[in-house]
Amino acid sequence: MSPRSSDWWYDEAAGPLVRPYALVSGRTRPTWGRLNLATQVRAIRTTSDTSALSVEHLEIMKLCRKPLSVAEVAAYLHAPLVVAKVLLSDLIQRGDVITSDASRMAVAPDRNLLQKVLDGVRAI
Amino acid sequence: MASVQSEELTVPSSVKIVVAGGFGVGKTTLVGAVSEITPLRTEELLTEAGTQIDDLAGVEGKTTTTVALDFGRITINPEVVLYLFGTPGQDRFWFMWDELAYGAIGAVVLVDTRRLDGGFGAIDFFERRGIPFVVAVNCFEGGHSYSEDEVRHALDVGDGVPLVLCDARDRESCKTVLARVIEHAMSKLDPAMA
Ligand SMILES: Nc1nc2c(ncn2[C@@H]2O[C@H](COP(=O)(O)OP(=O)(O)OP(=O)(O)O)[C@@H](O)[C@H]2O)c(=O)[nH]1
Ligand SMILES: [Mg+2]
Repeated sequence: MSPRSSDWWYDEAAGPLVRPYALVSGRTRPTWGRLNLATQVRAIRTTSDTSALSVEHLEIMKLCRKPLSVAEVAAYLHAPLVVAKVLLSDLIQRGDVITSDASRMAVAPDRNLLQKVLDGVRAI
Repeated sequence: MASVQSEELTVPSSVKIVVAGGFGVGKTTLVGAVSEITPLRTEELLTEAGTQIDDLAGVEGKTTTTVALDFGRITINPEVVLYLFGTPGQDRFWFMWDELAYGAIGAVVLVDTRRLDGGFGAIDFFERRGIPFVVAVNCFEGGHSYSEDEVRHALDVGDGVPLVLCDARDRESCKTVLARVIEHAMSKLDPAMA
């Protein structure tokens, strides 16, 4: 048995794509373009109506009560990254999830930040 | 309108270091040696040609493949988290590499003394992107021991690229490798202080 076959998005007969495709129900739903693997996401406590959300959306909301990266969300959901990104994009657009500014990641980190990271690595 | 509690509004910054290298050189071992969590594994769907799928609509009829990557995390402080991403072993998934390398503070090219040639693709990639990297030689016992000059010559890297020997299973050794990457990245920021 392949390790993937137990994942919720994997369909033994039809292959790995059925579930993610079903999740977006054939609608065109581009991901919010600024999500990178390492982008931090965090659910905020809202009073918004969650009745339109899928089980997977709610699972993500639960997972990221503490800040997590997009990659961690995908890993804990056992879903491909693109699926996690699509679902997170829905939540971001609803205002239920906030993110770190991924565009800042592309610019060179400043010396201060690097020094903190260096000190942190030495301290572990 | 959703109401939001103000103390929940902060999201940490993330930084990442990419751990690259040939098949089976010890990338996952290195990540696991320093990560605060057991390395996590995630998969990305790619088209058969190796391009990234950004949007699931229309994916149904396409031939796809998956690429797995694993990663670890080090919480530096409540505001900063460091992620270590191991690259997929297969060099053909360059689109995945683009996403991995995007915004990375630096990279480790891990090589194995039994097969020094596994690092070429990664070295070339980071050089072209201007991403600071160090070469770390994972010293498998029974592997041939090369001098630093021999390794540099075999990999065609000059003195500008730090070279460190390591044991990917040893936490202190891997901490030293990461520290070298960060120091190297800092030296690139401000050449006067290199
Ligand atoms: N003896 C010895 N074994 C090691 C060392 N580093 C890694 N290994 C072993 O080598 C094997 C491969 O290590 P991995 O960390 O999985 O290598 P990888 O680069 O992640 O491999 P792929 O992801 O498949 O490319 C594992 O069985 C490790 O336990 C080392 O320094 N010495
Ligand atoms: Mg690995």
